[in-house]
Amino acid sequence: MASRTSGMNPVVTLLLQRIGIGFVLIIAISFLLFVGVEMLPGDFARNFLGQSATPEAVANIRKELGLDEPLLSRYLGWLGGMLTGDFGHSWANKASVNEQLFKRLANTLFLATTAALFAVPISVGLGMVAVFFRNKLPDHVINILSLAAISMPEFFIGYLIIFAFALLWPIGDGPPIIPSSPLLSLANVQLIFLPALTLVVVVLAAMMRMTRAAILNIMESAYIETAELKGLNMMTIIRKHAAPNAISPIINVVALNLAYLVVGVIVVEVIFAYPGMGQYFVDAVKVRDMPVVQACGVVFAGVYIVLNMLADVGAILANPRLMHPK
Amino acid sequence: MGILLQVRDLTIGATVYPPGEDPHDIEIVKDISFDLEKGRVIGLIGESGAGKSTIGLAALAYGRGGVRITGGEVLLDGKDILRYTKAGIRDIRGRHVCYVAQSAAAGFNPAMRLAEQVVEATVLHGVMGRAEALERARYLFGVLGLPDPDEFGTRYPHQVSGGQLQRAMTAMALCSRPDLIVFDEPTTALDVTTQIDVLAAIKHAIEETDTAAIYITHDLAVIAQISDDIMVLRHGDAVEYGTVQQIIEAPREDYTRQLISIRAEIRPEAPDQSDSLLRLENIDAEYGPAAKVLFDVSMHLPRGQTLAVVGESGSGKSTAARVITGLLPPTQGQVIFDGAPLPPALKDRTKDQLRELQMIYQMADTAMNPRQTVAEIIGRPLTFYFGLRGEERRHRVTELLDQIEMGDPFADRYPAELSGGEKQRVCIARALAAKPRLIICDEPTSALDPLVAEGVLKLLMDLQAETQVSYLFITHDIATVRAIADSVAVMYLGKVVRFGPKSKVLNPPFDDYTDLLLKSVPEMELGWLEQALASRKMAAAGN
Repeated sequence: MASRTSGMNPVVTLLLQRIGIGFVLIIAISFLLFVGVEMLPGDFARNFLGQSATPEAVANIRKELGLDEPLLSRYLGWLGGMLTGDFGHSWANKASVNEQLFKRLANTLFLATTAALFAVPISVGLGMVAVFFRNKLPDHVINILSLAAISMPEFFIGYLIIFAFALLWPIGDGPPIIPSSPLLSLANVQLIFLPALTLVVVVLAAMMRMTRAAILNIMESAYIETAELKGLNMMTIIRKHAAPNAISPIINVVALNLAYLVVGVIVVEVIFAYPGMGQYFVDAVKVRDMPVVQACGVVFAGVYIVLNMLADVGAILANPRLMHPK
Repeated sequence: MGILLQVRDLTIGATVYPPGEDPHDIEIVKDISFDLEKGRVIGLIGESGAGKSTIGLAALAYGRGGVRITGGEVLLDGKDILRYTKAGIRDIRGRHVCYVAQSAAAGFNPAMRLAEQVVEATVLHGVMGRAEALERARYLFGVLGLPDPDEFGTRYPHQVSGGQLQRAMTAMALCSRPDLIVFDEPTTALDVTTQIDVLAAIKHAIEETDTAAIYITHDLAVIAQISDDIMVLRHGDAVEYGTVQQIIEAPREDYTRQLISIRAEIRPEAPDQSDSLLRLENIDAEYGPAAKVLFDVSMHLPRGQTLAVVGESGSGKSTAARVITGLLPPTQGQVIFDGAPLPPALKDRTKDQLRELQMIYQMADTAMNPRQTVAEIIGRPLTFYFGLRGEERRHRVTELLDQIEMGDPFADRYPAELSGGEKQRVCIARALAAKPRLIICDEPTSALDPLVAEGVLKLLMDLQAETQVSYLFITHDIATVRAIADSVAVMYLGKVVRFGPKSKVLNPPFDDYTDLLLKSVPEMELGWLEQALASRKMAAAGN
């Protein structure tokens, strides 16, 4: 409808709508975060001062950090900073949040991207294989393994992998602790092998099962029968006729899992003491370092929103009805 | 002429899983044998469940769902394709034997351009190179009368009409120059005015390319136009097998005679059509400002009579029903019921106004809750409108079941345990339960087999004589209109082009559209297609 009234390409209209909604969402989330963090029990000043927390010292720190001002004005001040790209300074060590954040984010993205580069092709491929061998042994094996992977919590998988590849059959001789310097380099792939493997196992199953279900759903369609009656073999049918029509649901689950790779990485980073966003976030929560907690929260939310938006865009681009209107 | 296809004692089985019983095997096709020479067409005709599609697909060594070919031979050029390996069968499909499905709209991959799909099998089997195949596709698009053949193939399936898709699918089947094409009800889903074009295109293409064909349909009038031989099937058995002339002009079996004589009975129209129960006055309606659907629609329905609203898909006949029921308030005009205007929107109508106006739908299947028994389905309006409960309600349900000629034993069955005709009868009983004065019937028989549909129509007419209920009967089937209507409204592109007593509307002088519509309805006589096309051409030349 919108296309008729505005005369714009419907795809462009849809994209602009999505971007607008994403922006509003980020603002809304930032407010919820601010209020939520405010409601957390505990107090930075008391925590920071520890034994020496006299009432005067606490009041001094609160005044210094501007905590005596009303909530709304503090939020607006912080929001203004965020919108201009300044997340302020850490309360704990006075360092610029931006600087730390980007270093940590780069590390996390390095880990997540490495995991995604393996997880996405493997899971989509395995999904197609499972369809090809539907109700035969390979399908059952893939299904049981993926069910097992889904059923185990990620910290458990992490410890299993440490147990297997660090204790039973040690691979390489990497340092037990990963240095907190920037890691973005191919030479460091060995360093992140175990956490990346954990992440792959965690997200693989969901993506693979969704791929399988989406393609199986399409396999019921009349045009699959048409393809069969043209004498095409099963793998060609899956690749040329089923998969292209199953793209939308697959893109959606892939995007959700990519977001999870960035956001859900917290537990895995803690297990492997990996210097990424998750560690940074957890450390900040421990000492109630609010600017850092909020910055991490907004970045996590942003990753989720952007990836979901990309999924929507992908689904639109995969839909011939939208790409080639009558 | 050499024999191309020999089907010998073909037997096909399937495992069924009836509710409450152990799964067991049944035979859905029994000992079918026929021969097909090169360049000839055999028609398979029968009701749903007769096994005609199953036989057609067996020519491609294919069984739909859990269907298994359990016995017999399918000899193509003397070799039994049922004994081929999987690779051998794939080599036949799409190269020597091609298939045209009933619903081309569902049969095309929505994410792929038409030309790609049309040439896919031809190129895959190495019949010709890609460029040559695309050239042939363009040629076939032209032969089949598709608009702009050079450009047509670059479109996606959703960008062309249903009739065009059906022709594109025929082009896809013809592309590899196969020896045999199986047409599985290729025109059933089309409007009559489109059907005649597709039928002519298919016939022309078959003659042009000298391909043999198996043509499957439930419409004897259609098959009479296109085939050389006919096999009449019922419950998987061959009832009668002969040349088209013999079957149409001198059928030997009762069942064939029944199929041919369907709708021979025509009810005369009511002489007095002045006392109107329902009146539409200058109705305009739209789905949003960009989608106007009805333009100045007026018609009226006399008490105790039947008004047939006839038109093709998209003509606005179902929208008119939505306006009457209040689901779509009109932007202009009003609906007068029994002398007083009805509130335009459903939510403003009283319970009694709702009661007096009931509906029967095309898909009886989806119009019933599958988890309710027949007694619950029919009992619901009894409780809602009349507050009947318990013994009283059960008694009335039995009465209604007797009225629809089914009887009390059906009361505790679930919809899944009923046949198509029985389901529609239950829907009729549910409508009757409200004691309505008007029932809107939206294509109630078009999903049913001819003989079953005949029974449902007869029931509707008997009920009308008994209860004086009026019907607004929406249909695209002219034969049904002739059989049951008192008055007729012909709709086209949202307008009423013709309205009046049946005798006036269905007899000359005609307007252009009604003329085209009536001339497009296949008639059960040999050579009808050629005559109809010729008279159309003359009309076009005269304009």
